[in-house]
Amino acid sequence: MLKRYTGWTLALPATLLVALFLILPVAATIGTTFADAKGVFSPYVTFFSSGFRRTVLWRTLEVSLITTAISLVFGFLTAFVVSRAPGRLKSILIIAAVFPLLTGVVVRSFAWLIILGKNGILNNFLVGIGITDEPFSMLYTQGSVIVAMVYLFTPLMILTLVGVLENIPEDLIQASASLGASPAGTFRQVIFPLAVPGLIVGAVLVFTGSFTSYATPQLLGGERQMMMGTFLYQRAMVNFDWVGASTIAAIMVVITVAVVLAMTRIAKRLNPMTT
Amino acid sequence: MTTRPSPALIAIAALVYVFLVGPLVIVIGASLSDTTYLTFPPQGLSLRWFENIFEITAFRRTIVTSLQLAFLATGLALLIGIPAAYALNRYRIQLPSWLSTVFVLPILVPEIVLGFSLLKSVAVGASFPIFVSLLIGHTLLVLPYCVRVISASLASFDFSIEEAAISLGSPPARTFFTIVLPNVRAGVIAAFILAFITSINDVSTSLFLTGPGISTLPIQILAHVEQFFDPTIASVSVLLMFLTVAVMAIVERTLGLTFLAK
Repeated sequence: MLKRYTGWTLALPATLLVALFLILPVAATIGTTFADAKGVFSPYVTFFSSGFRRTVLWRTLEVSLITTAISLVFGFLTAFVVSRAPGRLKSILIIAAVFPLLTGVVVRSFAWLIILGKNGILNNFLVGIGITDEPFSMLYTQGSVIVAMVYLFTPLMILTLVGVLENIPEDLIQASASLGASPAGTFRQVIFPLAVPGLIVGAVLVFTGSFTSYATPQLLGGERQMMMGTFLYQRAMVNFDWVGASTIAAIMVVITVAVVLAMTRIAKRLNPMTT
Repeated sequence: MTTRPSPALIAIAALVYVFLVGPLVIVIGASLSDTTYLTFPPQGLSLRWFENIFEITAFRRTIVTSLQLAFLATGLALLIGIPAAYALNRYRIQLPSWLSTVFVLPILVPEIVLGFSLLKSVAVGASFPIFVSLLIGHTLLVLPYCVRVISASLASFDFSIEEAAISLGSPPARTFFTIVLPNVRAGVIAAFILAFITSINDVSTSLFLTGPGISTLPIQILAHVEQFFDPTIASVSVLLMFLTVAVMAIVERTLGLTFLAK
């Protein structure tokens, strides 16, 4: 009798924590957006009828997609080299990717403030070699946010893909070569299709991470490059517009959950072996 | 003989690594500069900005708060996460399959949404003290790492060893601590490290939950950068990096570097 509930008893504290402090509060946040006095969907009407807010949403999607695309390309190429590196070098390369990942977001975004600032390293260098007399203003642009985000997420992409690429049997690659495929052909026709599930996982991680980020757009984008995360903070803590902030939160939840579900679906269809 | 990537690919990978490691080298260099402004390469070597961290009360206080939070949140998450991971593996048939999804929800829900929701419901709605709200947020944040990593360790544990101990008369609780737990030690250590680092670096959740007098180190860094642009921030960043290196060194000592390569 007692034994029937042992499993539940052991899992109960953790389940309660998530239910009480995550599911309920987040549900309450989403709930407030439908309980507005002006009508059920009025917070959403307000959001989507404001040109500024639509721009913020659009910018966030754009920055996240560009970040995902760039880190996919460079992460994939780098991960391939890492996965074929000899043992000792491979460990070093993996640690060199893990280390930035374990260093905080604030520290890594701050590094780009030093590099891209008016008196930053890049400007000093450009002035020094005579490309320009006046330093460029590179901060608080979409480009600066994207560069920092690519920097933030490429290690994640590399580590996700190294595991996948390592599992591609060496025989397959050699078979393709001995059957006359060029290295580029093997890469395109053998390695790439087998890596697709890993690419999807990496893309989901990077996209959702960029889409919901706060510290990077705050430090490198500022007011001028407001994104969903910084906008949510501003609505909630500067304007005390909690319904507006909850609406932003709800839109973020819907988009991230939709992306995760859709991509897992696609990954499953493309590879019946994954669970 | 493994296929060797073409020289062009190797060159791209090398550039990517310069891009990954370079900025961190720059932060370290800038922290050692003797100037009152951030610059690289450093001009004159000095540790004065490291001393400056401890002269600023806000940094001293937030370093302590961040460490307390990281240890407490990780400890709590392990305390409730280990039994949950054990239940998910040992009592799989009793429990619904969606339960394991519940434990990854804190990763699925955007952190910033979690922070804002906790502010509304817990910090303001239920008027919990600031530190308690922060602790709840951080525990939730690190719980998925604890449950998933330890679950993965338990998945390769042979539960017939446990049954053998019990059938030989060992009480279940004692069996858990003397037989099961030592066998998943590597998983527990890995979970601890991941959880600790996640907590100590967190911005998005803490952002909404810090309040008058109580803040965390990353939030304090963000606030400081907006007012002063001096090498102190670089020094604090290096301090955080040292912490990461220390943690990685612990992994190396206890589990070996190959563990990280997995």
